[in-house]
Amino acid sequence: MAERIIEFDRVVAGYSESLTILNETTLDVRKGEITLLIGPNGAGKSTVLKTLFGLLVPRSGEVRFEGRVINGRSQRALLADGIAFVPQGRNLFGSLSVRHNLELGGITLPRAELPGRIEEVLARFPRIRERIDNQASTMSGGEQKQLEVGRALLLRPRVLLIDEPSIGLSPKLVVDVMTLLRQLAEAGTTVLMVEQNVRTALKYSDRALVLEMGRLALDRPASELLGDPDLNRLFLGGHAPAVPGVAA
Amino acid sequence: MSAGLRRTVLLVAGLAALVAVAAFAKRSEVYLLTLTLVYLMATFGLNLTVGYAGQMSLGQAAFFGIGAYVAAIALKAGIPFLAVLPIAGIACFVVGLALGFPALRVQHHYLAFATLGFNVLVFLVMRNEEKLTGGTFGISSIPRPTILGVSFEGHLAYFYFTLAGLVALAAALWWLLRSPWGRAFAALRDNPIRAESLGVNITAYTLLAFAIGAACAGVGGVYYASLVEFIEPGPFHFSTSLMMLLAVIVGGSGRFFGPVVGTIVIILLPEVLRSSSIESLKFMQKWYLVFFGLAVVALMIWLPGGILSIADRFRKREAPR
Repeated sequence: MAERIIEFDRVVAGYSESLTILNETTLDVRKGEITLLIGPNGAGKSTVLKTLFGLLVPRSGEVRFEGRVINGRSQRALLADGIAFVPQGRNLFGSLSVRHNLELGGITLPRAELPGRIEEVLARFPRIRERIDNQASTMSGGEQKQLEVGRALLLRPRVLLIDEPSIGLSPKLVVDVMTLLRQLAEAGTTVLMVEQNVRTALKYSDRALVLEMGRLALDRPASELLGDPDLNRLFLGGHAPAVPGVAA
Repeated sequence: MSAGLRRTVLLVAGLAALVAVAAFAKRSEVYLLTLTLVYLMATFGLNLTVGYAGQMSLGQAAFFGIGAYVAAIALKAGIPFLAVLPIAGIACFVVGLALGFPALRVQHHYLAFATLGFNVLVFLVMRNEEKLTGGTFGISSIPRPTILGVSFEGHLAYFYFTLAGLVALAAALWWLLRSPWGRAFAALRDNPIRAESLGVNITAYTLLAFAIGAACAGVGGVYYASLVEFIEPGPFHFSTSLMMLLAVIVGGSGRFFGPVVGTIVIILLPEVLRSSSIESLKFMQKWYLVFFGLAVVALMIWLPGGILSIADRFRKREAPR
């Protein structure tokens, strides 16, 4: 079994005192794998990513990265640690060019390093190179998602958090994005993904974590879950069957 | 011809035309042109704060005033003009940081009121601290610069001197906005949370934009003090801050040349209307403020993005559906 890189230990977090989403959530993410977070709406999938990336501070419990507690660390510090986040929806700065969007992604890097890093990303995404001087808002949905991922990769993150990468993309482009994530994982990047397009995402993932009401309800290999006749019920809500090692 | 080259050619032609027009203009017209350039320094700075960093400020006239008073006191004490410029700029930058640090915790209309309060406070200091500022009597006999034996005492020489200063300031801002800092300003204006997730230090960049905007106003204040040769608190009232904000919005907030168009409209247009010698425009001598007010209202209704957004509108209309 791959080593744990991220751990949530009885984490309680939410958007206000009265709105608790993560309810003593305990889970882990393993190095070099694609871990897929699934569950019904409101289960806390995106909240896990936001808490991990410091956008929400846990009220109790510990979030650990490589064994170190990272509760409440700033986004800047987390980026420096090697965690990058691609939030849900369109995340580009539409009024800026593709090049300038990439440069923003590397704003925390030393100036001298930036051109080389941008070249690295362009080598991986030839389509972005073709559009380098275009305004970001003129790109197609698929190109924009490539640019978002490319921008996150500028910092050579060890962990990539990605929220709903398939939103607004055609089925062909969804496959392209998933293939890209798979390639990243093969190259050693740990990916933690939230995705509504569960069947497609499971095909490209190593492991699936099912959240229900802010708690981990199921932890299974993705390939196993893909063949589970109960998959739709798990995704849409309802109680998951008891699994050894996971608290109900 | 590429868009960049076309823009450069237009800019050089515009500057050449301005230089030529000033050479043949009356003394009062040269004064008005110089005054427009001086205000433009402050509105360029305000555009950085409002248009690029997305922060609302109603205190730009206070920084303009601080620059002017620093210049008046320093120039009268015999400090050379070229030394006074950085002193005033840095003073406003520091005051901008000191104000911005607590004030930028709030945004939009709350920030507008915080900066407005600052403007009122600075105005009261200028009016009441007579020993330092001369109070309502102001400070007179502010000298114009002489640099390396070249005197800029004359109205036309001072105009060219101010124009050179403005071009240098604009070039510095142009460079800044095309640097990673400028892109960070644009990012936090478009979406601060998104910018933060990329590692943009929102507090630091917002504060920086605010302080640089204040420093630009301070530099403008130095040129203003030497232009008018006498300063008193009146021109630094918060109504001047409103006028500067209007200039930025009318021209096109967040567009580099927006303040140029806006400042021309706000400073120059009323004077042109008021003093028009064209027979068919003579009625404007009485009605110019009404016409001006209606023009601004109409502009804000139909072109909320400012005059420079007209081109975008046409482009959108022509775009295939």
